[in-house]
Amino acid sequence: MNGTVTGKIISVNGPIVKATGLNGIRMFDIAEVGPDGLIGEVIRLIKDVTIIQVYEDNTGLMPGDEVISHRRPLSVLLGPGLIANIYDGIQRPLVGISKACGSYIKKGIKLSPLDVKKKWEFTPLIKAGTNVQEGGTIGEIQESPLVMHRVLVPPGVSGKLTSIVDTGAYTIEDNLYTVDTASGTYQGKLAEYWPVRRPRPSRMKKKPFLPLLTGQRIIDTFFPIARGGTAAIPGGFGTGKTMTQHALAKWCNADIIVYIGCGERGNEMTDVLTDFPKLIDERNGRPLIERTVMIANTSNMPVPAREVSIYTGVTIAEYYRDMGYSVAVMADSTSRWAEALRELSSRLGDMPAEEGFPSYLATKLAEFYERAGLVETLSGNDGDITIIGAVSPPGGDFSEPVTQHTTRFVRCFWALDKVLADARHYPSISWIDSYTEYLHDIENWWNNLDSQWLSVRNEVINILLEDHRLQQVVKLVGTDALPPTQQFTLFVAETIKNAFLQQNSFDPIDKFCSPEKQLKLLKTILNLYKRGLELVHAEIFVKDIAALDVVAEIVRLKSEVTDEEIDKIDQYEKRLTSGFDSLKEKITEV
Amino acid sequence: MPSEIEYTTLSGISGPLIFVTGVKGVGYGEIVEIRDGSSEIRIGQTLEVDEQVAVVQVFEGTSGLSMKGMRITFVGKSLEIPADRDMLGRVFDGLGRPIDGAPQVITDNMMNVNGLPINPWSREYPRDFIQTGISAIDGMNTLIRGQKLPIFSGSGMPHNLIAAQIAKQARILTAEEEFTVIFAAMGVKFDVAKFFIDSLEESGVLTHSAIFLSLADAPSIERLVTPRVALTLAEHLAFDEGMHVLVILTDMTNYCESLRELSSSRGEIPSRKGYPGYLYSDLASIHERAGRLKDHKGSITQVPILTMPSDDISHPVPDLTGYITEGQIVLERELFNKGIYPPIAGLPSLSRLMKDGIGEQRTRRDHAEVAAQLFATYAKVKRIRALAAIVGEEELSELDKVYLKFGTRFEEQFLCQGYEENRSIEQTLDIGWQVLSLLPKTELYRICMEDIQRYYLSPEEGISCQM
Repeated sequence: MNGTVTGKIISVNGPIVKATGLNGIRMFDIAEVGPDGLIGEVIRLIKDVTIIQVYEDNTGLMPGDEVISHRRPLSVLLGPGLIANIYDGIQRPLVGISKACGSYIKKGIKLSPLDVKKKWEFTPLIKAGTNVQEGGTIGEIQESPLVMHRVLVPPGVSGKLTSIVDTGAYTIEDNLYTVDTASGTYQGKLAEYWPVRRPRPSRMKKKPFLPLLTGQRIIDTFFPIARGGTAAIPGGFGTGKTMTQHALAKWCNADIIVYIGCGERGNEMTDVLTDFPKLIDERNGRPLIERTVMIANTSNMPVPAREVSIYTGVTIAEYYRDMGYSVAVMADSTSRWAEALRELSSRLGDMPAEEGFPSYLATKLAEFYERAGLVETLSGNDGDITIIGAVSPPGGDFSEPVTQHTTRFVRCFWALDKVLADARHYPSISWIDSYTEYLHDIENWWNNLDSQWLSVRNEVINILLEDHRLQQVVKLVGTDALPPTQQFTLFVAETIKNAFLQQNSFDPIDKFCSPEKQLKLLKTILNLYKRGLELVHAEIFVKDIAALDVVAEIVRLKSEVTDEEIDKIDQYEKRLTSGFDSLKEKITEV
Repeated sequence: MPSEIEYTTLSGISGPLIFVTGVKGVGYGEIVEIRDGSSEIRIGQTLEVDEQVAVVQVFEGTSGLSMKGMRITFVGKSLEIPADRDMLGRVFDGLGRPIDGAPQVITDNMMNVNGLPINPWSREYPRDFIQTGISAIDGMNTLIRGQKLPIFSGSGMPHNLIAAQIAKQARILTAEEEFTVIFAAMGVKFDVAKFFIDSLEESGVLTHSAIFLSLADAPSIERLVTPRVALTLAEHLAFDEGMHVLVILTDMTNYCESLRELSSSRGEIPSRKGYPGYLYSDLASIHERAGRLKDHKGSITQVPILTMPSDDISHPVPDLTGYITEGQIVLERELFNKGIYPPIAGLPSLSRLMKDGIGEQRTRRDHAEVAAQLFATYAKVKRIRALAAIVGEEELSELDKVYLKFGTRFEEQFLCQGYEENRSIEQTLDIGWQVLSLLPKTELYRICMEDIQRYYLSPEEGISCQM
């Protein structure tokens, strides 16, 4: 199958290059184009013409230039050293590029994605002579203080382990073990290549049942996502997509985070890069960077590499999933990826479907989101990938093709609301337009924490829905025209918004909220509602209830009570009760 | 390898494009010189090459070109301009050629106008607060050194005045460093360019500014190069010479229209409103050239100006720009009609880099909270105003009336200021507290108790401050 073929360029149109003479080249093979050996990928074959999309700036390429292909598909190198690293869309290490050619990315640069000289402390876990299956664990490496890297037998390799090295330090190029397989001897190393467009195999998919806890109240309580689930965050510019993605990447309880900056701002990636080494994960006291892999293909970097960046990211995620980890993939933004598709398809002269997007947009989106899921890995353990994709609809209009197609393939929809963002209510996730389909999948987990969870959540949602309905009326007649009970509903809804839904991701306490605290806050507010409603029925003024000190203090609980001292919230409950009692006494005296 | 062959074989001219046949050894993105028999040399660039035909876009336009008698040379490299410190104090055309009568700048430093993408790893996260002296910007939408913060305007609104005021007043609090201003005009009227030159001169910064003019009567296609030429010089000054450069690009809507013109004459499949599908990537290749680099002293701050056709922020140009830039300053027709200068809309304006550039030691510790509270309160004012328009002001609750009063004061005292008025950040925040103190303390839920105790003005203090 292998063997190098060469051909010649016949035309250049932006990043699309046509070449002839590449006999036997296959779809999605890699080609080195022109004198600089620019990386490109075969995307179409027509008779003897090969159409290649070039992943780098190809200014200066001319007809007649040579194209070489080793007939290998576009692949990523998987092995220890991925964690805490930052790559461009085709897995070139940005740190290495910066050392090799300074502050700018020059074209034609080729570097190994993983450090080939670094020695890793490898501990074998099995002895020579045992039978190994694909996906079985050979040994371990402490990749970062947070990540134990399990060295697995690659998919497709099974047989008798004929040799394995002793405990010691090895590079990714050293020979580690040999397996006698049906098709010959397999020489195992620490790192392996895997084609990005082919999902890594697993035994089977399972139904997700655990919540991915994010510490973000509106998500965990109202619109939770399961580990192994898919979610979309659509929102116009300035609604806080990236801020929400950052908050999730920081605080969600996945083992590994793959953060894909796909066609977004350079400074935002720098923000992640400078923030994550400093931010400490309170669950284990280690910097967040030690569980994070970053892919940065910013908006000014070549467009075709943007198209491939999400596959690069998700393949890396699958690699860690196969080790039995829970991985969360943040793709910011899938709209930029779709635009890259559109740009390339338009240069190929494809017939456009909606708004110039190619007709295969939906298929591609479906394929991508389907790589999420809870699986039984080849070794029989559970591993999962959660994909959270940001969507940037033009003009904030959710009826555009990318948002519409995405909603068909995700089960969790966190719609960002411009009005909330304008009022600087963050996260600006709308409680009216958002939805989740995972509620029943993860119900058991919450019920173990507190069996009232679902009823409390639903009651509070109903207050918010009632508020939404009343606001339409208020717009026409004003608050004062409403009966006192409805005025009180509006007041409580406002409290829910300020005391619970709004969350400051820069506040040291408020940035992360444990499920226990979320529930307790919610119950306190619900109590305020129920007891307060009784008083209102007893003809006590809403403004008198609102004037109670303790009511005003509820709004500040989120940032004043830490997760460890949530019992303090009980004291507020007590004060609330006594405050209400004194109001009641006053009215009976009168 | 420059080929010295001259081609005379055109197979077509269409809009800004010419089609040259029989070419050999011509690269994609290469610069082309076109001589039409007169002494004038036009410059173009190849957009597409195959074994037979090269498609060339002509920056000066194709007017007057004919199928016969053209002499076309392919230079063998991309468009380069000289970039040197000596270019400060000078005026150039849209392609970087001097038009102020003085000779061409002599330097060995030739730079490709397209630049190279900055490695995200090599960026330094921007954190230095720039005091513009404009409360609406400093207080609520802080400009940071290395940021790209556009002004979204509409026709007739004073975007030029605001940009000139920023250029004039901008300074860094931590050090006495001056900005170098680079001004690039794309398709604007001469008067607008003249206004900028005059105001730069007035404030004494003209001698270390560079000006690139591709005015409304220049060929439309030239505008596609102008911002790149300006940014190439900016990159040299910032990252080779260690200067802090403020780049003002006006008007980006004209730039986008030129791009649309080019795209449609190439027969490309349009996306929204006829703009090409790659408008986002193309704009990003301009705006992403702002920033700071690790181990480099200088910085590039961009303030692009664009006019929203019929004040529509969802028009593709402002929409895609907003996705690229780090926030936006939006001008609002309603405020403008009320006579408020600068008419910076309270709610849709945003600075994404603000959060890390403000606070203790940078501006003041209450800055973030005051800004958040002003935004939240003003949002409520807008809601109450909408209600008052229906039920009448008398029907509102007492608290709602206080909010309305806040809204008026906020617009008249906080937003509104003079073109010559240069407010320090302390003044800005103090005015913020003056207007916030109209509200009862319980309404200030975005501010911590400690700061309320420290800064909240009791009624008497509030009045005395306002007098």
